[in-house]
Amino acid sequence: MSKAAWIRIALLVGAIGLLEVACRIGWVPPTMVIAPSHMVSAMVGLLASGTLGADIAQTFSSVGIAIVISIVGGFTIGFWLHWFPPLRRAFDPFLAAYYAIPHFAFYPLLIVIFGLGSLPLIVLATLFAMVAMIVATLAGLDRVPRVLLKTARVHRLSPFEEMWRIRLPAAAPHLFSGIKLAVAYSFIGVIAGEFILSTMGVGHEIAYAYDNFDNPRMYGLILFVLGVVTAFNMLVYAYERHLAKRRGA
Amino acid sequence: MISLRSFRDPILVVLSLVAIWQVLHQLAGDSALTAPAPTLAHLWEMVWQPRFLPHLRETALAFAQALLIACVGGVAIGVLLGGHRLSGEVAEPLLVGLYSIPKITLYPVILLLFGLGMPAKVAFGALHGIIPVVLFTMNAVRNVNRSYLRTGRAMRLTPAQTAWFVLVPATLPEIFSGLRIGFSLTLLGTMLGELFASQRGLGFLLMTAIDLHDVKTILAIAIFISIFAVALNSALLAVDRRLHRRTASDSSGKT
Amino acid sequence: MAGPAVSLVHPAPMDHPVHARLTDVTRIYPARAGQAAVHALGPLSMELRAGEFFSVVGPSGCGKSTLLDVLAGLAVPSAGTVEFEGKPVHGMVPDGVGVVFQEDASFPWLTVEDNVAFGLRRSGVEAAETRRRVDFAVDFMGLRDFRGAYPSQLSGGMRQRVCIARTLVLQPRLILLDEPFGALDQQTRLLMGDELLRLWRETSATVLLITHALDEANLLSDRIGVMSARPGCFIDIVETGWPHDRDSRLAERADFGAVTSRLWSLLRTESMRAMGQGARAK
Repeated sequence: MSKAAWIRIALLVGAIGLLEVACRIGWVPPTMVIAPSHMVSAMVGLLASGTLGADIAQTFSSVGIAIVISIVGGFTIGFWLHWFPPLRRAFDPFLAAYYAIPHFAFYPLLIVIFGLGSLPLIVLATLFAMVAMIVATLAGLDRVPRVLLKTARVHRLSPFEEMWRIRLPAAAPHLFSGIKLAVAYSFIGVIAGEFILSTMGVGHEIAYAYDNFDNPRMYGLILFVLGVVTAFNMLVYAYERHLAKRRGA
Repeated sequence: MISLRSFRDPILVVLSLVAIWQVLHQLAGDSALTAPAPTLAHLWEMVWQPRFLPHLRETALAFAQALLIACVGGVAIGVLLGGHRLSGEVAEPLLVGLYSIPKITLYPVILLLFGLGMPAKVAFGALHGIIPVVLFTMNAVRNVNRSYLRTGRAMRLTPAQTAWFVLVPATLPEIFSGLRIGFSLTLLGTMLGELFASQRGLGFLLMTAIDLHDVKTILAIAIFISIFAVALNSALLAVDRRLHRRTASDSSGKT
Repeated sequence: MAGPAVSLVHPAPMDHPVHARLTDVTRIYPARAGQAAVHALGPLSMELRAGEFFSVVGPSGCGKSTLLDVLAGLAVPSAGTVEFEGKPVHGMVPDGVGVVFQEDASFPWLTVEDNVAFGLRRSGVEAAETRRRVDFAVDFMGLRDFRGAYPSQLSGGMRQRVCIARTLVLQPRLILLDEPFGALDQQTRLLMGDELLRLWRETSATVLLITHALDEANLLSDRIGVMSARPGCFIDIVETGWPHDRDSRLAERADFGAVTSRLWSLLRTESMRAMGQGARAK
């Protein structure tokens, strides 16, 4: 591992250790933050008890569906927008402004329209994540080096072959960035939605624990969510690095 | 450069959105989605009510403070991390990780640390906005073309001159992009912070409307914030594009 | 180097003494937002003789690359006609034409081997023949040790060799090269020049090379077309008369320098005009 990685680990361990000490000797009251070791034991206890099963299933299935739809749908829409420049020009200002809009402000409406349950959350997360994939797809297809397109013409490739054999492979790094963002945003969309709208799922459980002053449970849940999301993101990131290494990037 | 033509497409998009809104309203009914015209009328009259101003002021204040911290703090930290290679390497994955997690899960922690009220809102808003500013600034500083620095040394510029006349212009486009994104995210974070943390502000009004199932007001406030956010983002984007155009290079170098 | 049955010489005999012809070709890039129309090329006429090595030299911005694009069918002339092997060329690259570009056009997601095989696989050439031709081209261009490597692991010069190999396997009858050695240092350029000559002799193809290096054009060519500043036309076409069996040692001949001087005397004023033209055309 690199020097930077070692330093990073040392810093994290140091910070966690400091927090542990501060909590144990009472500098930090448990009504604010509980010791990291207690967070871990709370999390383990929650998972072991099995009471979270339904919530976890609910949350992660929503995330999974959102990820798939936003990636596939986002790529498809991005692809067609690229293929039809007039359509793209019409949507460009919308795409550019999309992430400036505070999406959560429209969350309550989704419940009103789609009712309770996981559907509004899935819709919300998908809407949130899809545009990132659309933008990444457009960026990738735009940035295919012109000389490669000229090479396609020299080899007299059909439009389909040009797209399949040249544009898509050339755009792959950008597409993968889009995938990374879509994954992260799907998690954010679902969990933030659950938290705000107080319906069900892990996000809701965190809010509920906070309302009930149940810090151990709350911190255990937070640790669990952040742990899973970070682990998942890191997996995606590692896979991307593996692919990039082949291209020598 | 700004011709009437360039407004044509955004206007078309806005009109189509309003049209879709109307259609959805017909489909879903008044209890789900109020129609555009009455909603906008309601927004208009709401804005002029005397009780609205204090809420607006509260939100604006929180947002301004959070923005200040995010921008100034973000640029400062970004410059430090960008300038010192090892620090940047250590910090970057941590920052990217922080960017990708649902920060709403940290919201209860913020509330516990800062209590209810203004500090929590400002903290949450700043937390959202500072990360992209740091990342973009760090990148901008790290990727300064070495040739610029060598030219500065060849001309025997002082460190201060190098910083002001070379580094600032060279890094400005990228830093500005970070600030633009930080702006949107700070707004988002501040509003989220307001949902639960206080008895004043637009977020509070929104929460109240949600509790009362007052769809018209929910929509009105959401639209109000969106218009503000989108308008400012578009303005910042125009500046962003202009800054980047100066540095755009033709990659072909052909004869 | 002659392997048994594998030969890069194209199967059909060349029955067109004039291999390609440009007649009064003009290319004007239309005006776009904020930029006036650019008259990049012509009116220009030329005939490429079958099997010759023809170089094009000229000042910056004179339209050399545009000339190549038009000849290859990558660009449509605004006026005039283009013919290849007696048939008109219009907007599509004809069969039998190979192009090597100035920029690196190797596909970063494919290995060297897959890069070279690319065109053959797209044309439906059967696997055994593909393998034979790829093996030959890879050996010919000195890439044997790098077959499984990715372009990003190779130097700029090697990547260009990959692009040349990729063109070679398709047995082109006309090979167009747009400053392929632009990014390389002088020594590597000289060696690559020798490679190019070897390739030319082995394939008996017609070669058109665009270069800004006058001695390189001198060394490699049977004829050299000297272009004026933009809009480019041929000021003169210089016949070198060098023997078919030449290599970089040609430069040691006493009369070598005379040709380079001749080129420069033709180009000097044009180059000054081009410098005055300043800002990039596109």
